[in-house]
Amino acid sequence: MLWLSLIVLLPLVAIAWQAIGGGWQAFWLAVTSHAALESFRVTLTISVVVTIINVGFGLLTAWVLVRDDFFGKGLFDAVIDLPFALPTIVTSLVMLALYGKSSPIGLHLQHTPAGVAMALAFVTLPYVVRAVQPVLLALDQEVEEAAAALGASGPKVFTSIVLPALLPSLLSGAGMSFSRAIGEFGSVVTIGGAVPGRTEVSSQWIRALIENDDRTGAAAISIVLLSISFIVLLILRIVGARAAKREEAAR
Amino acid sequence: MTQTKQTPVVRHLTRYTALAYIAAMLIVPATLILWRTFKPGFGQFYDWVSTPAAKSALNLSLLVVAIVLPLNVIFGVFTALIVARRRFRGKATLQAIIDLPFSVSPIIVGVALIVLWGSAGVFGFVERDLGFKIIFGLPGIVLASIFVTLPFVVREVQPVLTELGTEQEEAAAILGSGWWQTFWRITLPSIRWGLTYGIVLTTARTLGEFGGVIMVSSNLAGKSQTLTLLVNDRYQRGAEYGAYALSTLLMGVAVTFLIVKTILLVRRAWASRQA
Repeated sequence: MLWLSLIVLLPLVAIAWQAIGGGWQAFWLAVTSHAALESFRVTLTISVVVTIINVGFGLLTAWVLVRDDFFGKGLFDAVIDLPFALPTIVTSLVMLALYGKSSPIGLHLQHTPAGVAMALAFVTLPYVVRAVQPVLLALDQEVEEAAAALGASGPKVFTSIVLPALLPSLLSGAGMSFSRAIGEFGSVVTIGGAVPGRTEVSSQWIRALIENDDRTGAAAISIVLLSISFIVLLILRIVGARAAKREEAAR
Repeated sequence: MTQTKQTPVVRHLTRYTALAYIAAMLIVPATLILWRTFKPGFGQFYDWVSTPAAKSALNLSLLVVAIVLPLNVIFGVFTALIVARRRFRGKATLQAIIDLPFSVSPIIVGVALIVLWGSAGVFGFVERDLGFKIIFGLPGIVLASIFVTLPFVVREVQPVLTELGTEQEEAAAILGSGWWQTFWRITLPSIRWGLTYGIVLTTARTLGEFGGVIMVSSNLAGKSQTLTLLVNDRYQRGAEYGAYALSTLLMGVAVTFLIVKTILLVRRAWASRQA
């Protein structure tokens, strides 16, 4: 317990202490400065877009992994975890190699919001897949077959039986992916290039503040990011739990 | 696995869309780096990963792993035992705290360590009065790495322990074996796969950590640069090939990780089929 407090809790308490230690006024000034607001806007917009992409393709990928069968599926399954295993700075270089100035496919996304989005989509790709996959695997297919036998069409079965059952895991995967996206640094640092108001995400702004020795400002922005992440995770968990309960009651 | 009655058109559409997405997002970029690294030949790759700066970065990264890993294993197994075997107030809170590092950005970890241990921080006296440099030194890198890897061993070992139950351990205790003997002979062998995976995750993450480390390291080539910092440094200085070469080295670690993971999954499935 002591170890846990020393390693995890104390540093976080210290951030909060540093952020409010300079008074409410200083905290408010730091988080409402033009650069801070711009960085929040960029971070949140791109993260929301990336999370939506992840939900769509994550669901599709999980579906294919569980319900489909084809040669090389095991390899396909293993490759999904690559973004978890790859160091973020390597991801950054991988992204640059593909979309940077020497792009072999002629896509030049360096220093554009789209480039940042590509990097974030890469690092957060596994979350939704890995959250949905086990639930889909455990799902009883008899209900679907019964519904189909009673004349429900494919899409109808999917939206009224499969999707509600997957909703809690889908939301938890989306939450993790969003929370990772708003805090990401390593993979966006070179492809983004920190263009203020376009590609400078909040984590890069925090680093800039620390390099200018503005620890209170950096701590304040950190607190805002942490709060956003926790609130989003909490809301999605509550919605997910409700959906799970409703699903249970319907059985 | 039974197949649901999907029309072939839908099935192929979903299959190839998913495959195309994964190929475009993951496989093409990774292959490209490999190709760029080895196009000029293996000799040049070796030259770039064996420069003095690269060697020193490799040593530093391995040193950090050597410090972080035992600490995390001891803490992780101990905590997993408590969480899986004991009932107490605040258990849910404890589990939430253990998971906390997953949702904290590495950059924020860096800021937290700076405001806590930095010379002007809350515990600044350690550096000012005792002359023990934490931020911009090895201890800072180690602290950041421990923070981000803390949940791995606990999260992998705990479910195995819960599933295992206590019957065998109780039997051993009744037959007169001490707690250490019980742990060594019964508990440890049962959790070995979970523990191995936890160790692999911790190692891979420690070697690959960048955001947290760049905040607390003085980032001097040949002294306080880990492998990931050197990759960034080389890229910033325009030595793109050098950065690619090191990336390939780190990617080797990542691929090893995936292989170990796949092997462990197969093992686990095999073991549960035996049971």
